[in-house]
Amino acid sequence: MMRRTDVLVIGAGPAGIAAATAAAKNGCSTIVLDDNVAAGGQIWRGGIDSARTKEDPAKTKAIAALRSSGAEILAGRQVVDQPAPGVLRAVITMADGTRAESFAWDRLILATGARERFLPFPGWTLPGVFGAGGLQALVKGGFYVEGKRVVVAGSGPLLLAVAAHLQEYGAKVVAIAEQAPLRQLLPFAASLLGSSLGKLLQGARYRASLARTPYRMGCWPVAVEGEESVRGVRLTNGRRVWSEPCDLLACGFHLVPNTELAELLGCKLRGDFVEVNVRQQTSVANVFCAGEPTGIAGLEAALIQGEIAGLSAAGAAREASELYGRRSREQAFARRLEAAFRLRPELRSLAVPDTIVCRCEDVPFSQLQEHISWTDAKLQTRCGMGPCQGRICGSAVQTLFNWRATSVRPPLFPVPLEVFDSEEISISPETIVH
Amino acid sequence: MPERSTITIHVNGHTVVVPAGSVVSAALLAVGEPCRMSVSGEPRTAFCGMGICFECRAVIDGVAHQRTCQMLCHEGMSVETQR
Repeated sequence: MMRRTDVLVIGAGPAGIAAATAAAKNGCSTIVLDDNVAAGGQIWRGGIDSARTKEDPAKTKAIAALRSSGAEILAGRQVVDQPAPGVLRAVITMADGTRAESFAWDRLILATGARERFLPFPGWTLPGVFGAGGLQALVKGGFYVEGKRVVVAGSGPLLLAVAAHLQEYGAKVVAIAEQAPLRQLLPFAASLLGSSLGKLLQGARYRASLARTPYRMGCWPVAVEGEESVRGVRLTNGRRVWSEPCDLLACGFHLVPNTELAELLGCKLRGDFVEVNVRQQTSVANVFCAGEPTGIAGLEAALIQGEIAGLSAAGAAREASELYGRRSREQAFARRLEAAFRLRPELRSLAVPDTIVCRCEDVPFSQLQEHISWTDAKLQTRCGMGPCQGRICGSAVQTLFNWRATSVRPPLFPVPLEVFDSEEISISPETIVH
Repeated sequence: MPERSTITIHVNGHTVVVPAGSVVSAALLAVGEPCRMSVSGEPRTAFCGMGICFECRAVIDGVAHQRTCQMLCHEGMSVETQR
């Protein structure tokens, strides 16, 4: 099945929603594909218990604008490859199996968001250990945490939001451990006073709701305690190590961008991020990118960048240019964010020889140490060769060994062969030989 | 708290009742059932919660390797974990 559209948007988080709305309002036929069950992305993920989860008014407004714009949202679609130039193929899982759908586009907007950075330390694969945003998402999906003692650890502004949310759902947050030291965070907080008071007030509200929970800066996890499940987590401030008894650990070290699709399409990266010009256009003609893949900058930046990308894709250059000033302010915030939550070097030495680094293939740290690059390690140990395709261990080995992924190959996610049964495809030899 | 409707699913043949709107991973966490055994034999449960890590994969209605964190429970759903 092939559909044609003027503008195809990948990702229905804030950036994708804003992009699709702007493109559709400016007369483009617009389709949005998203791999989650509903639009909103991770930051606006819907909750099962509407009595407890207060919808962000900005989400309600953005979704309403999207619906009235005429753009079509297709959820549950995972983009896996580019079968021909200007065509993307997605898979959807139905009750009777998985099938493929192809979308031919004139202009493409990538709004693929970010994921959490995970770093390996002893015990991090035990049941009861989750990502920070990961636990929040699962709680929104119905995981019942009332009465559970939770330690929230890692880095980034997400930790406070997650802790406040878990507490709303009845969890007892016993500690928040932020690896960044106070001296790194103070200038960041002070800068918000002048430029982004709203963000500072939101942080203050979260903090106030957690008045009885210690927020420890310059503090990080060194090991999970427990054999079958979590009994506690050992935390350190660099001077001493102590044990914090808990039932669950929610741990993520800030965010890393989802750039796999952009890379597959040949978009140039700058550092870890997709390079874009003032119009949010990538190095590939007619391919735009907005939100976290272009730099971790948060919700407001994603909305503005998405709108600029949508307007640019629709040819509304003048309207787009009117938003450049607001975007610059948000990008200044992004630079301060990066400096504030920069990872401390001690985090690179948390793994011990038998700590698993690649969760898919159970590759321990000791097996990786002897290799010189990720390609070398992959060939010899299968690190990064499992179903997640290195999405989890990739950012870990980048932090631990400074290794970088060398290439992205289709399909971007594992796909059952039956998906391709009905379609004519050609698989080049390098796709199957790893 | 407002009353919520429930859904009945089958996890490894056992009946499990969950609130409507639950993702499959949440149901598995509630019953304390790991999703899969890792290649070296460790029990694993949902981790990233957003369809990235593949730790939560299980057999849903006979379809293998489904990410249970990205899938809502439906009435009569069959979930088989790797044991």
